[in-house]
Amino acid sequence: MNAAPTRSPTQAPELLRIDALECIRDGRALFSGLSVTLYAGELLALRGANGAGKSTLLRALAGLYPDYTGALETAAFVYGGHKPGVSGHLSTAENLRFLVGLANRPAAQPAGPQESPDIGMLAPLAQSISAALEQVGLGGYEDVRCNALSAGQLRRVGLARLLLAREPLWLLDEPLTALDPAGAQLLGEVLDNHIAAGGGAVCATHQDLPTTAHRTLLLTPAGVPELSRAG
Amino acid sequence: MSTFSASLARDWRANLRQPSQILNPLAFFVLVISLFPLGIGPESAVLARIAPGVVWVLALLAALLSVEGLYRQDYDDGSLEQLVIGAQPLYMAVLGKATAQWLVTGAPLTLLAPVAGFMLYLPAEQMGWLMLSLALGTPTITLLAGIGAALTVGVNRGGTLLALIILPLFVPVLIFGTAVTETMLLGATHEFPLLILCALLAGSITLAPFAIAAALKIGTEQ
Repeated sequence: MNAAPTRSPTQAPELLRIDALECIRDGRALFSGLSVTLYAGELLALRGANGAGKSTLLRALAGLYPDYTGALETAAFVYGGHKPGVSGHLSTAENLRFLVGLANRPAAQPAGPQESPDIGMLAPLAQSISAALEQVGLGGYEDVRCNALSAGQLRRVGLARLLLAREPLWLLDEPLTALDPAGAQLLGEVLDNHIAAGGGAVCATHQDLPTTAHRTLLLTPAGVPELSRAG
Repeated sequence: MSTFSASLARDWRANLRQPSQILNPLAFFVLVISLFPLGIGPESAVLARIAPGVVWVLALLAALLSVEGLYRQDYDDGSLEQLVIGAQPLYMAVLGKATAQWLVTGAPLTLLAPVAGFMLYLPAEQMGWLMLSLALGTPTITLLAGIGAALTVGVNRGGTLLALIILPLFVPVLIFGTAVTETMLLGATHEFPLLILCALLAGSITLAPFAIAAALKIGTEQ
């Protein structure tokens, strides 16, 4: 094997398995017969027209949408939805500390890319929060309340959260929304690092991701999703 | 336990940064109580007789006022989804949030009760019983109100619905809460209603967070 970014499916652990999934919304099947397996070191771009079910699929994967049939199995994950998930009355550092502290699901096999052995301890966490904020261009914003931040800056707080995450699977809904070109490039780097370190990600997006998505899943209105492997 | 303390600390900080959310229900409580001597007349015997009931009813209404935003803000900014996905167990996170909520509503209200009692000519020796009954009853109220707030979290303008859901649940607390002070006024024993208040509190600490957690799960599933 050479240095190809995709790992052999037989070696890499499974992060996500979807089997014969059908999502129903308001009595209408959004898609049916969806079967995908995502291995560590893979990125799946989720595409489709408005209303095709991208967000619904991600919410179902995150356990936030129950109206489906079929089987879903996910490793420990981070879900980044449409809403930023940060409280406006708390500072960026307080929000990040709380969000990272929530992530105490039983860890799955592969470790996240930015893992340091002592990330769970409070003082190192404070340092790594500052470092993560610095890295996403919010250095010095530790004590700024989030309702003073712009939409794009809130997205960058979300990026900092990904940097701190130890979960192997990232479920990101329109991660490029409100990000400036530099922010989009940053997201690409963060995703590339995560994938290279053996993580996996599913990103719903309309734009081209600033990285090479290994596979693309196109949700079509006809109901049967098409899976393609990007060159 | 760390889920409990993390959730408590987070909400405590957020609450302190919104002083109007804390002060408005308390001001409402004091202002409305000050209307009773004006409306009914300054007859100390009549006012003292209704004082426990008035204080308790207003404590319930103040809780109703303050509880609507309890999960709404977190719902709107998306942190509720993150909590439902990540908190292990959600029960402890919910209990932490309820504790933070009680610290800024029920606890200051209990401390303000002597002011209310004074305005209503409640005999000084009854103030302690009034405060004790509120100290035991207001956590139950916060937890019960939390069930309603969680059930209506996804509903636009759910205020009226919230009142319809939780006011009936408040009835036992109201009955036994007022009974603590009233039986003292009537010269009967206060032990029985106090013990019932304790039982209601123990029951709601144990069970209400399950109901709230389940309601929040349903509320975020969409």
